[in-house]
Amino acid sequence: MAGRYFGQPIRRNEDPVLLTGQALFTDDVQLPGMVHVAFLRSDYAHARIRSIDVSRALDRPGVIGVYTAEDLGDYWQPGPLLVPPPPVEGIIFHQRTQVPLAKGKVRHVGEPVVMVVAESRYIAEDALDDIFVDYEPLEAVVDVEKALEPDAPLVHEDLGTNLAARVVQRKGDYEAARAKADVIIQRRFYYDHGLAAAMENRGIVAHWDKKMQYLTVWDTTQAPVVIRNGLAKMLGLSESQVRVIAPFIGGAFGPKIMMFYPEEVLIPWLSMKLNRPVKWIEDRRENFVATTQERYQVHYAEIALTKEGRILGVKDRFYHDTGAYDPYGLTVPINSQCTLLGPYDIPNYHSEMNVVFTNKTIVTPYRGAGRQHGVFVMERLLDLAAKELGIDRTEIRRRNFIPPDKFPYNNEIIYQDFAPLVYDSGNYEPALDLAMKLIDYEKFIKEEQPRLRAEGKHVGLGIVAYVEGTGIGPYEGARVQVESTGKVNVATGVGTQGQSHFTSFAQIVAEQLDVDVRNIRIVTGDTAEFHWGTGTFASRGAVVAGNAIHAAAKKVREKVLQKASEEFGVPVEELELRGGYVHTKDGRSISLADLAVKANPLRGAVKPGTEPGLEATMYFGPERGVTANGVHAMIVEVDPELMDVKIKKYVVVHDCGKVINPLVVEGQIHGGVAQGIGNSFYEEIVYNEDGQMLTASFMDYLIPTAMEIPPIEVGHVETPSPWNELGTKGTGEAGAIPTAAAFVQAVEDALADYGIEILEAPLSPNRLFEILKEAQAKKGT
Amino acid sequence: MKPPAFKYYAPSSVEEALALLAEHGYDAKILAGGQSLIPTMNFRLAQPGVLVDLNRVSELAFIRPADDGGLLIGAMTRHVQVETSDLVAQRLPLLHETMPFIAHPQIRNRGTYGGSISHADPAAELPAITVTHRGKIHLRSTRGSRWVDADDFFVGLFTTALEPDEMVVEIALPPLPPRTGWAFDEFSRRHGDFALVGVAAAVTLDPAGAVEDARLVFMGVGDRPMKGDTAVALLRGQVPSADLIEEAATRAAQEDIDPFGDVHASAAFRRHLAAVLAKRVLTRAVERANR
Ligand SMILES: Cc1cc2nc3c(=O)[nH]c(=O)nc-3n(C[C@H](O)[C@H](O)[C@H](O)COP(=O)(O)OP(=O)(O)OC[C@H]3O[C@@H](n4cnc5c(N)ncnc54)[C@H](O)[C@@H]3O)c2cc1C
Repeated sequence: MAGRYFGQPIRRNEDPVLLTGQALFTDDVQLPGMVHVAFLRSDYAHARIRSIDVSRALDRPGVIGVYTAEDLGDYWQPGPLLVPPPPVEGIIFHQRTQVPLAKGKVRHVGEPVVMVVAESRYIAEDALDDIFVDYEPLEAVVDVEKALEPDAPLVHEDLGTNLAARVVQRKGDYEAARAKADVIIQRRFYYDHGLAAAMENRGIVAHWDKKMQYLTVWDTTQAPVVIRNGLAKMLGLSESQVRVIAPFIGGAFGPKIMMFYPEEVLIPWLSMKLNRPVKWIEDRRENFVATTQERYQVHYAEIALTKEGRILGVKDRFYHDTGAYDPYGLTVPINSQCTLLGPYDIPNYHSEMNVVFTNKTIVTPYRGAGRQHGVFVMERLLDLAAKELGIDRTEIRRRNFIPPDKFPYNNEIIYQDFAPLVYDSGNYEPALDLAMKLIDYEKFIKEEQPRLRAEGKHVGLGIVAYVEGTGIGPYEGARVQVESTGKVNVATGVGTQGQSHFTSFAQIVAEQLDVDVRNIRIVTGDTAEFHWGTGTFASRGAVVAGNAIHAAAKKVREKVLQKASEEFGVPVEELELRGGYVHTKDGRSISLADLAVKANPLRGAVKPGTEPGLEATMYFGPERGVTANGVHAMIVEVDPELMDVKIKKYVVVHDCGKVINPLVVEGQIHGGVAQGIGNSFYEEIVYNEDGQMLTASFMDYLIPTAMEIPPIEVGHVETPSPWNELGTKGTGEAGAIPTAAAFVQAVEDALADYGIEILEAPLSPNRLFEILKEAQAKKGT
Repeated sequence: MKPPAFKYYAPSSVEEALALLAEHGYDAKILAGGQSLIPTMNFRLAQPGVLVDLNRVSELAFIRPADDGGLLIGAMTRHVQVETSDLVAQRLPLLHETMPFIAHPQIRNRGTYGGSISHADPAAELPAITVTHRGKIHLRSTRGSRWVDADDFFVGLFTTALEPDEMVVEIALPPLPPRTGWAFDEFSRRHGDFALVGVAAAVTLDPAGAVEDARLVFMGVGDRPMKGDTAVALLRGQVPSADLIEEAATRAAQEDIDPFGDVHASAAFRRHLAAVLAKRVLTRAVERANR
């Protein structure tokens, strides 16, 4: 239904305020009498707390209060389990959630131990140096495989094990398939995903107004409604006494939904206790250790194929590092387990997931949310199989794609939303064909690469395919209202952190009401404006909130036409809504503004069975998610002396169903690819054997800059989802998911004459140096 | 990431600044471009009680021709001024070629020559270039004034010959002799990062094409700029063939440096990089000397 607004490359509504520095971010909130919090965080990965002495901090001028776990009384409670374990037979799951302030023991570096509140952040930080915590250091649990050995130290002693969960999912009969295979390939894979490093760190301002008996909280959260509900309950307030505002947020990428962070629980409590506004803004040093991140998995995987390259089955056993607590349940490893299957028709699958507690920061979804890990394993297995069988790498993928007539396609395992993993729709070959065309595959392989190799250059190509499960439930809602000013007001419960909601949501409404998108005001993330909702995650905004907005806008359109039909005495079918006016065939017209006034009269009653105003509230609750897909391809040049890799060309072909705004989709893809490139070659969280993070600043955690990101060419394929009216699928994570798989394939291709196999990501020059040396040593023997 | 409280002075002349340093000595730190000092204060790794801000001491920002054909560069000269100076491009092409490798434009707008050498990061470019040029550093205090050879100025990790009450006021960089070729190269993780390893070379050939003199200085592979004397000894008096250059580079990377390992590069990898880069800069320097 690409229309006048929907599907058009419209410039962003939100940019004028953002680009001129007028937008409100949490740290911009300044209130009279506001006080500031700093946290003393654990320097140890694992230690018993013998005692805490805060007396010197309390004596420091300007310090208002110092709190340990003991001072919280009954308010001290472990956080909620956000996502319960999926209903899979034989599942093991141990729930251990984070606490507001450590009591008795610290379980990761950065865990908050003491909260200091003072007249300024400077004084609060000075006071941290005054506090003495007597720790008894314990051996740290760092490696996921060693963690499961019988004599390993325990993160949670009462459990008697570091195993947080084990889930086995099966489709078909892998062993029977294996018996029939011509080729079996087995390898150990290591995939480490990093931290989101959003430009804005977390932050919270809480203001308890005692006379109004009203709590206002500005929070960099992706899920304001859920935070509002939880805070009301914890603090003994009515939901109507709590307003949570998620203002403009400088990026989130997943970790800002890990409700409830200790700080989120403590700052509002403190504001009520002190009867003063309280601010805490996370600094970058805290962000590295206190905001959730993603990390590594180790996979022992095998693939069974016929000699024609048809996949008979895949078997995988993997270990997932979940950190010290598991408040987000199994979302990340389930995504790995499911997304591994990719766009391929795999009749038999056996996957054992082992989730392991370690003395590290908590793992929750970060853009891609475990999908990267699965895609990496599958794509590498296919690369190895192609080599072994002498089949072109694009051909082996093509032979195994789920054909377009097999949709909806049931993978027969359970996805992160607890529904069976069923793909709604897809058409995978055109995406591969387009990517091959854009990267000029045949010419590169047959002409360019041989020519450059003859010149002594090491150039290689990587091309991989993936799917992205998106747009899961439970639901979102939206209220659309035509005001008497003629402007249109839209409110929805999801938060916004840079996704262009103010534009793409406006386009959905404009398509129905035919008003300029600049006259449509979108409000997201303010619980006073919309009561219901879940949050922004899992690439679901455009699908779930988008379809709710679409439904509400359609309803308002009906009301507009109905009202105009009454005004003109003309049947609805003979009216046309165009340019902010309703027109009759005989040349009469009325503006939406005037209709809104007439729908809310000062005299005369609203008729029974009708409502005042041109307004509607609608909800959209999909039964299950929708599946986007795509192909990434790149060309790299490697300097095998310096171990440097330069990406010369990058192509993404993406199918997210109906595109609301191609500029926005491309922006999402560019950002995702940048994070994917970071995850391929630059970013790496390094922990030492004591559980200390050695990369806890931007000096050592290397975010790629504009200089490291090549131009990215984006091609679109549109296979609409049959499961929602707009036909949309999510696109938030697509750019980031398969990048490392493509990168590693390309590097291996560039270094073909060295005979190396790369079974891990991220790479680095140092790691490449080691891999090449190992290969040389092997050749020598 | 907030620094503890400190006293702040903003003198407008060298005399005033020296008086403040004499008064506060060990407790004071000079603030130049702040690109290294402010982060360390925010991390509370440095906690000076007093800051003496040189940003209003305009007499310290200059690039002047020296009689020997080289240049005098004032301590408060910003990296960007050196980078864009015609005088530098004409007289000190090695320095000119190296400047864009330092950090990013925003940082080059603030960071200063004096700050960089006083900070003495072993992976920084300007200490290595100053040593390559056999530069001299002018130090002053209320007690007097002295010139120190670059070789003696850098004494260890982030450590220089500066006394607590002294400051760098200017740097003298002599020109490279005639028939000298030069080159600089480095390898960093990202564009603008401190390099894992960097190498500067200058090779002077005699009329017959044999090496009369050579300089090879490594950064990022020791506690200060490291001189490749083994390579220089191998090259001197010889016509530099590709094989000889390779041997010299490899030997220097084995014997003249003392690399450490960190999360970005093991000591072995740094040694490897040092050999590769030394070979590349020596080759380029010889090519240029032959032109
Ligand atoms: C992101 C980033 C990347 C960078 N990358 C590089 C790089 O690739 N290569 C590189 O070389 N540098 C790099 N730097 C450092 C930058 O070049 C600094 O500017 C420089 O090292 C210090 O200069 P400054 O003027 O900022 O000194 P400041 O930070 O002000 O001072 C540094 C130290 O020197 C002392 N000091 C300053 N001036 C004097 C003086 N006249 N006499 C005595 N003591 C003095 C100060 O007290 C302090 O101890 C980078 C910095 C950043 C933030």
